[in-house]
Amino acid sequence: MLSTLHSRKGAQLIIGLAIGFAFGFLLQKAGVTTYDVIINQLLFRDFTVLKVMLTAMVTGMSGFHVLKGLGLAQPKVKPGGFGSTLVGALIFGVGFGTLGYCPGTVVGAVGQGALDALFGGLVGALLGAALFAALFPRLKRGILSKGFFGEATLPQLLNVNPWAVIVPVSLAVIGLLYWLEASGH
Amino acid sequence: MRATTCLVALTTLLGVATLAMAKGAPPPTDGGREVELASPRPASGNPFTMPRWSPYVAGAGIGVLCCLAFLLSDKTVGCSTAFARTAGMLERLVRGKAVEAKPYYQQFKPVVDWEWMLVAGLLLGAAASALLSDTFRPHWVPPLWAATAGTNPVVRWVVAFFGGILMGFGARWAGGCTSGHGISGTLQLAASGWLAVAGFFIGGIATAVVLFHIILA
Repeated sequence: MLSTLHSRKGAQLIIGLAIGFAFGFLLQKAGVTTYDVIINQLLFRDFTVLKVMLTAMVTGMSGFHVLKGLGLAQPKVKPGGFGSTLVGALIFGVGFGTLGYCPGTVVGAVGQGALDALFGGLVGALLGAALFAALFPRLKRGILSKGFFGEATLPQLLNVNPWAVIVPVSLAVIGLLYWLEASGH
Repeated sequence: MRATTCLVALTTLLGVATLAMAKGAPPPTDGGREVELASPRPASGNPFTMPRWSPYVAGAGIGVLCCLAFLLSDKTVGCSTAFARTAGMLERLVRGKAVEAKPYYQQFKPVVDWEWMLVAGLLLGAAASALLSDTFRPHWVPPLWAATAGTNPVVRWVVAFFGGILMGFGARWAGGCTSGHGISGTLQLAASGWLAVAGFFIGGIATAVVLFHIILA
């Protein structure tokens, strides 16, 4: 039933737009499309970003694994490696801390009128992506292939049932959020 | 087994929901300064015109959207491949069809796909939210930057531009960003997602601390 929907190209583009609209709406309502909120998170003065991300992760983690158990969701695990994922993430982090937005929130910030996000961040990020496309053939066989571990998941690495990871991680997240609220953050 | 699984999931969701209800939204702020509301809206007011929602409500909503993407589209919520595709489209405008032969654009074709539409929708959704709550403000310099580094828009623009280059470059190097790895990856318990999110925040925290406590201090 759903595979018919998945193969309908036009309908899929509309669904993508609709999910994106709701995503942007929620990001803006949460306040995380604002430079000050993101930078204050990185400086440990405001924990909104952490609260939004962890709640999304915990909710999605249970939801996705229930759907997967019912055969309604196919996993889409990105391959990873230390040379690709970790090195790239650290470069991203330096850019993230300098710009004060990430690729999703920079677009959301444009939507609420941030001109530094439009003419600085967005233009820079497109240039950065083009730069990577230009260097890709040279990086591919070198650093990008170092420490490759593929599409591994944490339950596979630990050789346990996914719920043996989901339950303790969820409890730890709820505990952390509860502690953050109790300590006045 | 399945019943236990669902029960555990339900308990987790309930826990998050209770936490969300126990604490209301933080005071509405527009980039550091309090939003001047002519008259505070009553608690029963229209949520769509409220400037801020509880981060737990918004976060849970984003988690549900990630599940809907799997269910309805067999896709994951992510933003940075749309940047690679758009970069390819712009390069093609300038340098012609030959651009499509680049190995990276073979992998990420410069076309409008599901994720590109997601990012377009994100722009519209954020704009709609800002307009509904009257928080849409065209501005060059965010308040925190202005208070620390001054109000010169050129300085902020140059810093944002170079930050953007590193961010766009790093996102493609890592194969995803804060949404693709940070939310969609971590919720699937992907090793790549957890490693990436650690790198994003180690790099981001270190940079923000150096920038605000050393360079601009």
